[in-house]
Amino acid sequence: MSMTITEKILAAHAGVASVAPGEIIDCRVDFVFANDITAPLAIREFEKMGVSGVFDPDRVAFVLDHYVPNKDIASAQQCKITREFVRAHGLPHFYDIGRAGIAHVLLAEEGFVGPGDVFVGADSHTCNHGALGAFATGVGSSDLAAAMAMGRLWLRVPETVRYEFLGRLRPWVTGKDLILAIIGKIGVDGARYGAMEFAGETLDDLTMDERFSITNMAVEAGAKNGIMEPDERTLAWVAPRLRRTFTVYRSDPDARFADMQTVDAGALDPVVAAPASPGNVVPVREAAGVKVDQCFIGTCTNGRIEDLRMAARVLAGRKVHRDTRLLVIPATPAIYRQALQEGLIQIFLDAGAAISTSTCGPCIGGHMGVLADGEVCVSTSSRNFVGRMGHRESQVYLANAGVAAASAVTGRLTHPSDVVGELVSV
Amino acid sequence: MIVRGAAHVVGHHVDTDVIIPARYLVTADAVELAKHAFEDLDPTLRQRIAPGDIIVAGENFGQGSSREHAPIAIKGLGVAAVVAISFARIFYRNAFNIGLPVLECADAHAEVLEGDVIEVDFTTGRVRNETRDEIYRGQPIPVFMQRLVDAGGLVGYVRAQLAKS
Ligand code: SF4
Repeated sequence: MSMTITEKILAAHAGVASVAPGEIIDCRVDFVFANDITAPLAIREFEKMGVSGVFDPDRVAFVLDHYVPNKDIASAQQCKITREFVRAHGLPHFYDIGRAGIAHVLLAEEGFVGPGDVFVGADSHTCNHGALGAFATGVGSSDLAAAMAMGRLWLRVPETVRYEFLGRLRPWVTGKDLILAIIGKIGVDGARYGAMEFAGETLDDLTMDERFSITNMAVEAGAKNGIMEPDERTLAWVAPRLRRTFTVYRSDPDARFADMQTVDAGALDPVVAAPASPGNVVPVREAAGVKVDQCFIGTCTNGRIEDLRMAARVLAGRKVHRDTRLLVIPATPAIYRQALQEGLIQIFLDAGAAISTSTCGPCIGGHMGVLADGEVCVSTSSRNFVGRMGHRESQVYLANAGVAAASAVTGRLTHPSDVVGELVSV
Repeated sequence: MIVRGAAHVVGHHVDTDVIIPARYLVTADAVELAKHAFEDLDPTLRQRIAPGDIIVAGENFGQGSSREHAPIAIKGLGVAAVVAISFARIFYRNAFNIGLPVLECADAHAEVLEGDVIEVDFTTGRVRNETRDEIYRGQPIPVFMQRLVDAGGLVGYVRAQLAKS
């Protein structure tokens, strides 16, 4: 039977020849993880399940990334619960501060996920890893506990919608703009429950960093997973990292899609999602001029090296505007180190940015850059719900790293071309 | 299963950040979380909710983060059920897993007013508005979810699965 890439991966993990949308399957999982917010709850439920240990210690990771280094006593207690569990069970893949980065970026970097995997995390942005041709989805803590106990999880097979990007991207347009454009078009529940499969010639030119920021935000359209068929670039990225063998799946030419949509990517200019929904998408040019109190470059969506390079291109030789502030948080220690070697950190420091160790921090209004009443932030993160980054009267514009950096320079929401001038390509 | 209580009506796309802001995710305790439930949506809502009340929501209730703390906070307030036009998928799973009954119903949101007394039958999917003497047809709980509930929730289901293997 013809199947999509998502259906093929799920069928293989359910041990059946084929699956169809709507079916409930009992699915083997290749890898599971939880973070410092979701782990304590998962551990509590796991301990009620009556098992002596996790299904396979080599396929479980815990990453402390949200409230680290701990912001208060309560968050320190949460990390302590996780550390004690890890030690009690002798789990090898534990990432504590210093080695920890934002889980979605870190776990791919560390080679725990590859093409053809079923990868489950107690964090909604787990769909990030679909860029590698994996089925990756976020669940709550109880489901994670079940997967950790059994190495299996029940799943309903999602319907797939295929989005095909056409054309070559214009300067300053990134993967972030592509996914925001789709969410703007279909809405925050436009892909509710489904699989979003991304394809098309535009993707051929995109680095893995940009592809990750597309699949990362599939959940912002309500999707269960976002996925791309692996190509040579994917395999070249995976080869030096992956710790396991992998299987490349592709959608059959006659696979049944619930819908097929094309996106004229070549016509796109950078966009922002205006407050207070990731679906509230407008071109940067239309929103330009809004006064900005804080700019934030980081997160699992856009805290990768390509994002930092783009920001540095804007900030080199320039200063952060006196009425605004800029936070830069490399998503993992490896990215931090790379940025240091490339001289990017120097550029950020010279510009007057604050640079922090890897953490989710400001993305959830947790710490390291919480917004006050009435403040406006241009952020490279994925969510701008009411109160997301702080006070419920604060506002967040979601944008790519070039836009965030340009806005930091002018103190107003700004198109990067207006700071750097038109580039032939970026 | 049948639940009966006073309705509180909220809008579309109520996300998990306004259900329980991340700044309070330093505990998984239901009573602590309930103290801040819906704080960024409507700071007075939690004071108006009495144990046994029912939330009636629009589309895509629970969008956003995977935090199980969201249904835990709602349950901690004593809310007996949530009826929405649709739910975000992770929230839907989480709600069942922690024992907060949820029902999809296309019509209730447009008709039910704040304070109406409604009765929700999860087996048939029927929602009866006692105040207005109206009936709305919702989706009965899917067979698989019913089996989860019968097994005593996810923990019971896992125990039974492990006993089989
Ligand atoms: S960076 Fe933000 S979106 Fe990503 S995992 Fe952390 S809190 Fe979630």
